[in-house]
Amino acid sequence: MSRRITIDPVTRLEGHGRIEIFLDDDGNVAEAFFQVPELRGFESFCVGRQAEEMPVLTSRICGICPEAHHLASAKALDQLFGVVPPPAAVKIRELLYMAFFVADHSTHFYALGGADIIVGPDAPVEERSLFGVIRKLGADVGQKIIDCRKRNHQVIKILGGREIHPVAGLPGGWSKRVSRDEQLELAELARRNVEFARFTLKLFHSIVLNDAVWMEQFSSDLYLHRTYSMGTVDDSNHASFYDGMIRVVDPEGDELARYQPSAYAEHIIERVEPWTYLKFPYLKKVGWQGFADGIDSGVYVASPLSRLNAADGMGTPGAQEEYDKFFETLGSGRTVSGRWRPVHHRLATHWARLIELLAAAERMQELADDPEITSAHIRNLPEGPCRQVGIGSLEAPRGTLTHHYETDERGVLTRVNLLVGTTNNHAAMAMSIKRAAQGLIKGGEVSPELLNRVEMAYRLYDPCLSCATHVLGQKPQPRVIIRSCDGSLWQTLGEM
Amino acid sequence: MPDKPTLAIYWAASCGGCEVALLNLHQNLLNLVARYNLVFCPCLLDVKTETIRALPDNAIDVTLFNGAIRNSENVEMAHLLRRVSRTLVAFGSCAHEGCVPGLSNLHSCSDHFRDNYLDPRFNDNPEGILPLETTPTQWSDLRLPEFHQRVTTLADHVPVDLVLPGCPPESRRILELLVLMQEQPLGVCTEKVVGGSSTVCVECPRTRDGRKVARLHRIHQLIPDEAHCLLEQGVICRGVATREGCGALCPQVNMPCSGCYGAAAGMVDQGAAMVGALAGAMALDPDAAADNGEFIMQMELLLDAVPDYAGQFYTYSLAASLLKGKK
Repeated sequence: MSRRITIDPVTRLEGHGRIEIFLDDDGNVAEAFFQVPELRGFESFCVGRQAEEMPVLTSRICGICPEAHHLASAKALDQLFGVVPPPAAVKIRELLYMAFFVADHSTHFYALGGADIIVGPDAPVEERSLFGVIRKLGADVGQKIIDCRKRNHQVIKILGGREIHPVAGLPGGWSKRVSRDEQLELAELARRNVEFARFTLKLFHSIVLNDAVWMEQFSSDLYLHRTYSMGTVDDSNHASFYDGMIRVVDPEGDELARYQPSAYAEHIIERVEPWTYLKFPYLKKVGWQGFADGIDSGVYVASPLSRLNAADGMGTPGAQEEYDKFFETLGSGRTVSGRWRPVHHRLATHWARLIELLAAAERMQELADDPEITSAHIRNLPEGPCRQVGIGSLEAPRGTLTHHYETDERGVLTRVNLLVGTTNNHAAMAMSIKRAAQGLIKGGEVSPELLNRVEMAYRLYDPCLSCATHVLGQKPQPRVIIRSCDGSLWQTLGEM
Repeated sequence: MPDKPTLAIYWAASCGGCEVALLNLHQNLLNLVARYNLVFCPCLLDVKTETIRALPDNAIDVTLFNGAIRNSENVEMAHLLRRVSRTLVAFGSCAHEGCVPGLSNLHSCSDHFRDNYLDPRFNDNPEGILPLETTPTQWSDLRLPEFHQRVTTLADHVPVDLVLPGCPPESRRILELLVLMQEQPLGVCTEKVVGGSSTVCVECPRTRDGRKVARLHRIHQLIPDEAHCLLEQGVICRGVATREGCGALCPQVNMPCSGCYGAAAGMVDQGAAMVGALAGAMALDPDAAADNGEFIMQMELLLDAVPDYAGQFYTYSLAASLLKGKK
């Protein structure tokens, strides 16, 4: 008789999910399913709305990363209404975004997925949380963590009006000016973020890099997948979060594509399966070969790890230094063109996230010190007719986020397509859960600690299932992610 | 430890912003967990639902339930948490009145279902495959919640003791409520909805002079004066129909209130209250006869400026409104 193991709900992430694992007669994993039983429907109910409301409406897709949706939306509206924001507004938007990145990546490391690293994957349930992390690291460090979240939400409130679901983004700019006093405060808070990021990296080094067991985990096959990597890059091919070109590199590190975000639909297409609600984006140029690794499979990842893999370096000095250390430690040398070859060990995403934490803090400091952010010129009004199409993109903490709007001549939405960070990684997460379950569950031996290690396989992506479940369907809509043992799609699921 | 009251925080159809509002108590979060024993919170703790199912009735002192009711799992969790909770709080706009996702009640699901899966610009789906309701496997069926046609609120399914409004509720309001409840459990809140009794306007620092507006503006079409009432400048600011409690945050960064705290005390329907307020702001007399040419002309101007009334006036409250949305 086969056995069924259910993990319900998956925890320390954003949104709803469930894992079903079926064991064969020998007690080994025959199949694993990642089910997301929720959807809310933004792509549909935003049709009929006034486009300028979208930064406020779409921030409700996700309460963890509303800033990403708010700004991707504002960028889409710039294009839709044909209006270029003044330089100060662009800098204020990016400044808010960097503060958000620091807060979000810190939250993941100390309160969500990173807790498995800090207190250990086998720690008791009550310790695997922010509160356990604070008990483990001590009250002084706990205070640092709390202060970091507090000061960055304070920045989001100063610039965006609210700590959660900010509101200042508009087509053509930003609604809130920055005073000279506020600038001084922002610069001080940015400086503290840089200190905190360096502290966090040092902590990570001491827990992982100096520990033989962790290093074995970080380089084992348990969490390994060789896929394409996606990330936004600037003119110098340095990783960029707020704006740039989308770059995709293959598993060997050679560039497959580099394109304007507005051309996303030429490069990415989504696959529909009768047994799942959520779609599977893949690289058009490569094609769909099932849930498979390798250069012939169009499966790609958009995550902190993939952004480091897709870039030639980081835009700020401290992050660049850590980037080199990362590839020297975990990588396998450089390509003929001189780029680092990609790192494919997925647990390394935790380290990559902290390198981005430092990059965001350093970039925030540059912006906070820029005298232009106190300019009174923060908005341009649209002049010509509504262009009726607008596409805005940026790097959400969880992957490349794209908002695509189409409207009538009054700017009332007629079509909305959203490709969110987590959805990019849908196929890859399903593959990772399956691989971890197969590697860990042998002969029917199961324990809560072991199942937590299965959960670590998706937690490293920092998934936001609320983001991923923005689509609306009809009637009961199953969302099931299913992989078969060899990584290909399982064939026996429902007929139409 | 056993003396501490217990606290649960659960999300149904939600965005997670209510959990972040709790996290944003910052230092006070630690004070809160010193006062309460947090027993269930999927966002932050690894406690699974089976642990909660095993609890006796009223085992949890306070449950903050956020999120709307979108599917059968949400209903099941609402009943479970009602059973095990002494006090059940509708926590945030989604549980209170459906919030932004409640706007889906304006749509029939099937129209857009086709767009999402069959539009060849975004989908590789030449066979026109659509998701199925059940997924049989060789081991056993995978069970998934039934997706409801409409968004409903927590109170549509189980009795709710208290409501904490807002999208999300302000962090300090959460702390105030939980401290109050620990010190004087139940019966202390005379109003079911915890929040101010007036509108956002009383919290707003902008000045008013009673001027009437000739036309309405969409927010991207005008740069408003930073000190004067937005509604009196012709911007559709919904503070006049919205419960106080947030501190008028949005108008302070030159953006209109979008109404996330829901209808103010004594107002039955937020959208209806907003229409009334607009008529007043525009010097329209709603009692005027329909043959009043000026009235009709002005109404038409108003209609021209606001292509999406329902979305504007019921951004957060449609699922709990008199209107309820499209049948």
